Amino acid sequence: MNTSAHKALGIRIEGLRKRYGEGDTAVEALRDVNMIVAPGEVVGLIGPSGSGKSTLLKCLGAVIEPTAGRMWLGNQLLYDNGWLNRDLRALRRDNIGFVFQAPYLIPFLDVTDNVALLPMLAGVANEKARSRALELLTDLDVQHRAKALPSSLSGGEQQRVSIARALANQPPVILADEPTAPLDSERALGVMRILNRMAEQHKTAIIVVTHDEKILPTFKRIYHIRDGQTYEEAGEGREP
Amino acid sequence: MISLAGRDILHSWPKFVLTGMGLGLLIGVTLSMAGIYRGMVDDAQALLANSGADLWVVQKNTLGPYAESSSLRDDVYRDILGLPGVRRAANVTYLTMQVSKSGSESSDEVRVMVVGFEPGQPGEPPYLVAGRHIMRSHYEAVVDIKTGFVVGDRIRIRRHDYTVVGETRRMVSSGGDPMIYIPLKDGQETQFLKDNDAIRNERTRTAANPTLNRPGAPGLLEAIQSSQTISHNVNSVLVSVAEGHSATEVARNIERWKHLQAYTQAEMSEILIAKLITNSARQIGLFLVILSIVSAAIVAFIIYTMTISKIREIAVLKLIGTRDRTIAGMILQQALGLGVIGFMVGKTVASVWAPIFPKYVLLEPGDAMRGFVLVMLICSIASVLAIRIALKADPAAAIGG
Repeated sequence: MNTSAHKALGIRIEGLRKRYGEGDTAVEALRDVNMIVAPGEVVGLIGPSGSGKSTLLKCLGAVIEPTAGRMWLGNQLLYDNGWLNRDLRALRRDNIGFVFQAPYLIPFLDVTDNVALLPMLAGVANEKARSRALELLTDLDVQHRAKALPSSLSGGEQQRVSIARALANQPPVILADEPTAPLDSERALGVMRILNRMAEQHKTAIIVVTHDEKILPTFKRIYHIRDGQTYEEAGEGREP
Repeated sequence: MISLAGRDILHSWPKFVLTGMGLGLLIGVTLSMAGIYRGMVDDAQALLANSGADLWVVQKNTLGPYAESSSLRDDVYRDILGLPGVRRAANVTYLTMQVSKSGSESSDEVRVMVVGFEPGQPGEPPYLVAGRHIMRSHYEAVVDIKTGFVVGDRIRIRRHDYTVVGETRRMVSSGGDPMIYIPLKDGQETQFLKDNDAIRNERTRTAANPTLNRPGAPGLLEAIQSSQTISHNVNSVLVSVAEGHSATEVARNIERWKHLQAYTQAEMSEILIAKLITNSARQIGLFLVILSIVSAAIVAFIIYTMTISKIREIAVLKLIGTRDRTIAGMILQQALGLGVIGFMVGKTVASVWAPIFPKYVLLEPGDAMRGFVLVMLICSIASVLAIRIALKADPAAAIGG
């Protein structure tokens, strides 16, 4: 385990288990998973289909409830054989950013409001939320499309907007589910460059689930998951 | 916080507006149905108010003259005039029939109520919008403008041609048929005179009857035959009550001493509204209920399909922390928005097509307000299914497989 990561913890899980079903039909999707991701770090999570990647991401995202284990966000214990926070939706809104394989932007909101929506939902004034959204869009070089609707953006632009949305509430953690899958090599590496820069800039812990071999060399650390168990490996950590 | 519903509506406004217009036409039909009922009630009240009478005297044990047939001798009014509290009393006849312009095809016929009245007495049309009142004893007519006839037209009623000398308005029967006013004697003839063949047959039958054609009674047969061709019946006597007398008291007096039926305005109104148009009212009421259910089903279906089409976005909204009430509010606001568009379109089309209806359609602001509240209620209820679906959307669906 990385000592520096312990000092300024982003997200940490210990002994996480998830079982679907009961009795003979029970499936152990996660068995004793341990993981730690420091602020500013981008780690990869790879594994074959059915290995438990999505289940782990859903548990980390407080979307489904694990069966057992413990989970911390910063110094806050979130899960200890049961959720300690009742309002999981508020927990997700304020602490976890999501980037999906498809951007899933809200089609009837323009780019700025897609990004500003989360802070608005958290009670930030519209003007302040939009101003923050514009800063993020400028950071991600899509400020020129601020008033455009998602349907008029290219795939790469949409993905950058979805990253901006994930960062909008300045969450300590971002969970990215195959964010480069629909993109060609150049654009995929472009997205990784952005994620690395954002992690560094905003001190965000980012976990990237991927099948995409072309981005694997960009991770400094990689978690392999197989049959519900994780194995950590040092990555090449190449500049994307 | 931005309005998600408003943005969605703006984003797909053509779909929304077209759907709202479709719903609006349905709401327009619903409002028109309510207007038709109100029109029927108003027609009935106008019929009573415009007759200038305080009492309707009719044949005993009948609801006449509008609800049941009633026949009285035309000299009864003299007896009534002698009773205390009676200021004026006048005979009237009513007959619903088809009339057309003289010499025109039968396809141009108009269904009307022909009223025989005595000029200057109760039963006369209270005002004219064109022409003059009837001044001759025969073959002049005043028509309601809904008949389509105008001053100078000649119309055929039974055997005679009548010249239209005046036009009035809002004079319709309880069934909505416009009225044609003609002199009382003509009205009696129109209603009771038989055709020539029937008269000849009747005369032959009377002459062959030895009781009526007695050799020792000269002039008897002619007198009987003459009485058979002249009508002395009317349908009702309209009475206006003298000041200081109660219409109810005078009505009960007439019933007691003259063995007739007398109805006050309130009683006649009760007959027209509660008895005569009650079935129509029920029919319209049931139709309104069915239309409301159909509207609710349409709104529910539209909102449901609109919600299903963005279920993935709703799952993402839930995943990133949007509260249930925000999502439910978005769907509810869209349903209400649809209702508002539908109501505006419905109110507009109902107002536009109301004058085209053959019967009077009265669109009351109160009904419109009640309609609006009902539409909002229906839309709210109709959005429940879509809200349930949206709230059941699994935020996990946005992640992985």
